[in-house]
Amino acid sequence: MKEYGVFDIIGPVMIGPSSSHTAGAARLGQMAGKIAGGEIINVVFYLHGSFAKTYAGHGTDKALLAGVLGLMPDDARIKDAFKLAEEKGVRYRFEERDLGEVHPNTVKIVLETKSGETVEVTGSSIGAGKVKIIRINDFEVEFEGEYTTLITYHQDCPGVVAGISAVLAKYDVNIAFMRLFRENRASTAVLIAETDEDIPSKAIREIKENPHITRVKVLEPIKI
Amino acid sequence: MQIKKGADLIMICRQKNLPLHQVMLEYESAKSGKTQGEIKELMRINLQVMKDSVYQGLDQEQDMKGKIIGGQAGKLYRRCQNSQPVCGYTMARAVSFALSVTEVNASMGRIVAAPTAGSCGVLPGVLFSLAESHHVSEEKLVEGLLTSGAVGLVIAKNASLSGAEGGCQAEIGSASAMGAAAVVEIMGGTPEQALHGGAIALKNLLGLVCDPIAGLVEAPCSKRNAIGTANALVSAEMALAGIESVIPFDEVVEAMHQVGRMMPCTLRETAEGGLAATPTGRRLKEEVFSHHTKK
Repeated sequence: MKEYGVFDIIGPVMIGPSSSHTAGAARLGQMAGKIAGGEIINVVFYLHGSFAKTYAGHGTDKALLAGVLGLMPDDARIKDAFKLAEEKGVRYRFEERDLGEVHPNTVKIVLETKSGETVEVTGSSIGAGKVKIIRINDFEVEFEGEYTTLITYHQDCPGVVAGISAVLAKYDVNIAFMRLFRENRASTAVLIAETDEDIPSKAIREIKENPHITRVKVLEPIKI
Repeated sequence: MQIKKGADLIMICRQKNLPLHQVMLEYESAKSGKTQGEIKELMRINLQVMKDSVYQGLDQEQDMKGKIIGGQAGKLYRRCQNSQPVCGYTMARAVSFALSVTEVNASMGRIVAAPTAGSCGVLPGVLFSLAESHHVSEEKLVEGLLTSGAVGLVIAKNASLSGAEGGCQAEIGSASAMGAAAVVEIMGGTPEQALHGGAIALKNLLGLVCDPIAGLVEAPCSKRNAIGTANALVSAEMALAGIESVIPFDEVVEAMHQVGRMMPCTLRETAEGGLAATPTGRRLKEEVFSHHTKK
């Protein structure tokens, strides 16, 4: 049984009308934007299930886009997301698409950055503003963004994970949950570690020093 | 400190000779590691957001229109100002406040989910109307939110606060019970009376289905926030007079849980039954979504 606190009952502060279709959507957008990193110039949202059927009524479209632009789920400017995107020169598009056997409130977000990189993030809004990222590019993953989340892309070879956990230990960062995902042996793998403490930038630099690690991203928890 | 049932709350209140809101504060402090002062400060922020949403939707100049509702709060508020409301000022104003918050929510404004976005009007309606008519301080209102948090916590642990799981009784019913308990403690009632108020409020809305037209958090949600608000005040009034709930609070919560389990899926937020399935409900749904495709 979940240990509820008083702010689970009286809260969160959010932009209406729906915790799953608006607040959760903003959170998914924000996580996708952070996973992509860099300046985003184009974004396409593929909406599945209940998201596809009701997104206009709940402002799911505005909330997703606002999230990608970095707005928090309680930011009153969410309703002006289309205008904000135009001001920032971010192109966007919404399409309805069947994403298969996934939660009814699921969206695939395809982001293009100024440096020419394309990142695909798929996530579900699972209720009460909570979300779950289920896919990044070709990797099936699973994390909720409730903790500080470290994501590394690395070559699948011995010692990489030990190296990462050693650096975290050195900076007194405790790993709450950690999972590895890969396609094939010796190909690229993804590590997702959710930590109790924030990860200092020095630790991130040290993790990046490992030549087998191609990319490191850190997502701060999005409080709502 | 273990809080599972309403009976646990009452036992702790008696042992320590404390009101419900103080027990909630100690519980939250132990759970989160925050000081009682920090928790009150955070709750004050939520209270301020509630207050803003109460007054925002009454302003004629603002565009508070959702897809279906909008403008009702202002109508009722003006009636309160221009004539003698049939249900008295405290209640009529509370209802106008609750409508206002739901209109802010429907038009993508900022609200506090209390306990949910769908039931966000009840607590602000009850608290800020009481604050005006009975000169309740901000400190007391924060305590009221803590009292209502304690009641909501017990319902969350033993039943549900979600319309998709338990129907509207789990959202508006719970919000109303939370509001009733808050009013009882603010007005000087005992913890026992507060839970009787909560039990009476929840009983009065037992069985209420969740049937949102077009799946939107607008109709009948907005007016059910209104009735949840009025019901909270009526139930608190009875409890403060010493009237007790025949069925104890914990048994009412369990009954609500069981009724929710018996409720068919069509009446649990799927917009497939009840008012959503009426000819007018279906027509509104078509209008809302065809308007969108044309854009």
